[in-house]
Amino acid sequence: MNLIISYPNRVALYTILRKETTRFLRIWTQTLLPSAITSTLYFIIFGKLIGSQIQPIHGVSYMQYIVPGLVMQAIMLNAYSNTSSSFFGAKFSRSVEEMLVSSMPDLTIMLGYTAGGALRGILTGCIVLMISMLFTHIHIQSFTIVILMAVLSALLFSLGGLINAIFAKKFDDVSFVPTFILTPLTYLGGIFFSISQLSPFWQKVALLNPILNIVDTFRQGMLGTSDIDVRFGFLLVTVLFLILIGWCMMLLRRGTGLRT
Amino acid sequence: MYALEVNHLHKTYANGLVALKDINLTVPEGDFFALLGKNGAGKSTTIGILCSLVNKTSGKIKIFGHDMDKQLYAAKSCIGVVPQEFNFNPFEKISQIVINQAGYYGVPWRVACQRAEKYLKKLGLWEKRHQPAMRLSGGMKRRLMIVRALMNEPPLLVLDEPTAGVDIELRHGLWEFLTELNNSGTTIILTTHYLEEAEHLCRHVAIIDHGKIIEDAPMKSLIQQLHVQTLVLDIAAPLDDAPKLEGIKCRQLDKTTLEIELNITQTINVLFAALNKAGITVVSLRQKINRLEELFVRLTQPAGVSS
Repeated sequence: MNLIISYPNRVALYTILRKETTRFLRIWTQTLLPSAITSTLYFIIFGKLIGSQIQPIHGVSYMQYIVPGLVMQAIMLNAYSNTSSSFFGAKFSRSVEEMLVSSMPDLTIMLGYTAGGALRGILTGCIVLMISMLFTHIHIQSFTIVILMAVLSALLFSLGGLINAIFAKKFDDVSFVPTFILTPLTYLGGIFFSISQLSPFWQKVALLNPILNIVDTFRQGMLGTSDIDVRFGFLLVTVLFLILIGWCMMLLRRGTGLRT
Repeated sequence: MYALEVNHLHKTYANGLVALKDINLTVPEGDFFALLGKNGAGKSTTIGILCSLVNKTSGKIKIFGHDMDKQLYAAKSCIGVVPQEFNFNPFEKISQIVINQAGYYGVPWRVACQRAEKYLKKLGLWEKRHQPAMRLSGGMKRRLMIVRALMNEPPLLVLDEPTAGVDIELRHGLWEFLTELNNSGTTIILTTHYLEEAEHLCRHVAIIDHGKIIEDAPMKSLIQQLHVQTLVLDIAAPLDDAPKLEGIKCRQLDKTTLEIELNITQTINVLFAALNKAGITVVSLRQKINRLEELFVRLTQPAGVSS
């Protein structure tokens, strides 16, 4: 515990966090703007044009129904891509050695990058939420669930991005997971539909998708409607988060992809 | 107190390459220490292990008494490293690079800013502080890495070929700065291919070859081990053949240049007496290579190969 709270380590943690925040704010056209534009298009096309033809789902309009999913999608993908691209960039330029040679513990490196990625994820999620308010009215049912789920998911995916970057040897390795795994799972993760619309078999298959559980738990907090038990959603995110923390620390201690 | 103690250090890379074989080194506090060796001899691996960028296979390392296995962070807080290759983010501003580095060591922002100003001014980079690192010249990038390594004001500074690719004027400026730093109490370990640099700066030298320390001694006693020195003479009148000088090895490089090998018992006076006797007028005289270089070549060349 002393590794985190000692004054030098707090300074080191703050340094990484400041560096990461400055980085994603400096290149905001690459980090914050794309999600704002994409979500605006989703709200116009799916929410307004197509959504007006669709019946309400669980008592809410289709436009309202897709808001939690799009906010959570922005949080997850931005948190992930922030750490994966930033940490891999540091590996590529070898500037990661600045941190590795310093007296800063591996835990601080992990916390700093994870917090930086989570911050971008949450900031982008807030931007998407504000854009949604231009199209529909959202009355948040449970701030506790919304904030907890947003923070936990941002931390989880940020940590996932860091692990991806630790293993990555080339830029293709950084884009593989978001393109071929995360994006399909988010689209199949109940952003645009309720699993109650699926056949019983596909409902069971869909529940194996962790992103569906995350999105639906978040939707419960935001709209008060969900296809799953929110306790399971929180348990899943917490367990996955703890597993990734242990994995990431093991990789940093061993120096996988960082030390020879 | 030793700044550095290395005991039975071994390193075998994943591909089976044995880089270090039972390295033992001690560097006293306040020393200016040269670690010399050919390319691939194991210098950078040793430095990589010291700054924990390379995992050792076995062995013990203590930095100012802190065991790297038991007190890793305390040991790392005592060391600053200037690597051989540029390893900073080229898009980051110079001031950001050095201030962030201080932050990683837990140096508060205000103190970091003061140190950045002090060292950037000292090494002539203050005016460039708002520029991204990629806009700096090669020499400036080297100086930036030195400033960065000093941001935690380490008692032990390790420099891996800090003057590679640096022009003569700048090299001399860096020598002056490093001497000043050493005089103020910082222990310095230097690797370099410029052996006159090591001879000029360092008080102690270790030579590593094929992963083993083959020489570890004070600079003076090492130089005294050199039994032979080679001189190059430019002579006034051209000669068709190498002259026969009594008791002195002489080789003709071209019609007006001779290479003379003197052993430790022979003085320059003996040489000139022999030259006078042969009627040869010498226009100029120089050492073929500097003394440390001569010793280095003799120690590291494979048996049977002549320099």
